[in-house]
Amino acid sequence: MAERTSPGPAAGGRAAWEPAVLDRRPRSVTAYPRLAWAWTRALAQYPVSLAMLTFAQACTTAVELLAVVIVFGHAGRLGGFTLDEAMLFYGLTGTAFSTAHLLIGTVDRLGEHIRRGSLDTVLIRPVSPLVQIATEEFSPRRLGRTVPSAAALGYALSVLDIAWTPERVLMVPLLIGCGALICGSLWVTAASVQFLLTDARELVSSVTNGGWALTEYPLAIYGRDVVRAVTYLVPLAFVSWQPALYILDRPDPLGMPDWLRYASPAVAAAAVAVAALVWRTGLRHYRSTGS
Amino acid sequence: MTARTPASGGAPIIDADGIGRTFTRSEGPLFRRRRRTVTAVRDVSFQVTAGEIVGYLGPNGAGKSTTMKMLTGILSPSAGRLRVTGLEPSRQRTRLAARMGVVFGQRTTLWWDLPLRDSLALTRHMYRVPARDHARRLAELTELLELGPFLATPVRQLSLGQRMRGDLTAALLHDPALLVLDEPTIGLDVVSKSTIREFLLRLNAERGTTILLTTHDLGDVERLCRRVIVIDHGSLAFDGDLAALRDGAPSPRTLVVDLAAPSEPIEVPGARTVRVRGTRQWLELDGNPAAVIADVSHHYAIADLTLNEPDIEDVVARLYRREGAARELSAG
Repeated sequence: MAERTSPGPAAGGRAAWEPAVLDRRPRSVTAYPRLAWAWTRALAQYPVSLAMLTFAQACTTAVELLAVVIVFGHAGRLGGFTLDEAMLFYGLTGTAFSTAHLLIGTVDRLGEHIRRGSLDTVLIRPVSPLVQIATEEFSPRRLGRTVPSAAALGYALSVLDIAWTPERVLMVPLLIGCGALICGSLWVTAASVQFLLTDARELVSSVTNGGWALTEYPLAIYGRDVVRAVTYLVPLAFVSWQPALYILDRPDPLGMPDWLRYASPAVAAAAVAVAALVWRTGLRHYRSTGS
Repeated sequence: MTARTPASGGAPIIDADGIGRTFTRSEGPLFRRRRRTVTAVRDVSFQVTAGEIVGYLGPNGAGKSTTMKMLTGILSPSAGRLRVTGLEPSRQRTRLAARMGVVFGQRTTLWWDLPLRDSLALTRHMYRVPARDHARRLAELTELLELGPFLATPVRQLSLGQRMRGDLTAALLHDPALLVLDEPTIGLDVVSKSTIREFLLRLNAERGTTILLTTHDLGDVERLCRRVIVIDHGSLAFDGDLAALRDGAPSPRTLVVDLAAPSEPIEVPGARTVRVRGTRQWLELDGNPAAVIADVSHHYAIADLTLNEPDIEDVVARLYRREGAARELSAG
């Protein structure tokens, strides 16, 4: 065995125990892409399975898209929106949710990790357990949902009559990013319930996938109470509804204040803060119960 | 080769002062649940000095795993004060993780579908080991633990012994000052056990790595630990030399003799026949096993011989019986 590289005990006294770390970037930031890439390679060992699952995910998305086309093609207008406008809602929601699903979706397996005891092996490593769980089985197959959604969004943005001011050009990617952050926060917040109820994965799924399905359509069709709830309680209105109203430059058909459409970044920041708080609280609970 | 110098001031690498852990369990049918408080660890104090190898022993359910979880920061103590490498594990878990290596014998920390080499490369990124240090340590560990033949094999295809050596490597690539092992030899064959024991001894002697291990295997304890800590029903029962533990609670070794033909109970000096079944007889040894074996093979026609070491549970159980008897005596 070779000599130690770290220095001997320094004046401070603790140097012998402290590893020589030069890189000061947060470990979680640098570890995420490495872990994601490792899982991608691991799953690529089963290429047929990977291809079929990617195709299956794309099919799911295509069927949903078809449903939107049929509903709006048949009714002409719903809630005051045309088919092309509906594609905008669908595309915004799909892009935001599938991005969150790709990056952080496996966090809903938290309960399984707790039951199997594998959360313990995650906790002995110097990287955030959230990053380690979120990258588990990271797989490009989930792009099977992102690609059709992004295509629908691209189609809507190109055919709709949008006043492309410089402000709007800048705002569109920002709003999409905020939407993805809100979706990711929703995922983490819902998954944290499993710190208390380890077999609540279905419940988590009903919140996340339910939110996904709900926001694929213009919220006006659900009525005022639902829209209020998803604006002020669970901020799903900022995933597609408010961004689309902004892009189309339409007044809110339900008479909600117009400034809401500019609130996305603040709402996203708040959602991330809530998710972080809930996750940390859950982890503290786990450490004090060990079950 | 430079041994790891203990931190200045001689501060212990593990300092547990009256740590305890209680759990609240809900029991009974829904809506009529009763809450019950269970004490897993009660008022445990011990210190480990840098460079020691300490065995942490006790029967199943004694509180070994709970202690290990508190030391690694997975579980926060509900009482007492705990410092590991000067850090408070539950509050400074991430910093502590970079200073210690942990191996759970029953669970792998490697990635199931990745070749071992890739799994180890990933831990390098998590622990931020510089590429040159990683390559050098991996080469050393590959040689010492004979990883070469299966570095390219996916972890799921490794044998238990190979996986264990892989897990040990993963825990040591960042050169931690403290290595915590939870049943590192469980389920391994004799050769794998021996490889791992010799490796740990060398690691301790040459790198000065402090090792704390739980085990049910007396062979591990005898080969590795000068000092043992015994915990039972959550409380510290013994802390001291292994020799003192065994002298205090002597536990005989058992010789299992398969005779060529059924016979009367064997009678040789230094042994007592405790059981006979067909051609097989069990002898409890008081004296030198070599002399007894020589005697038995001289006087009887033998098909096979096995020498059974008492397991640590047996030693510990005798320790308690003795303590219990002492308590009764002093009470009477």
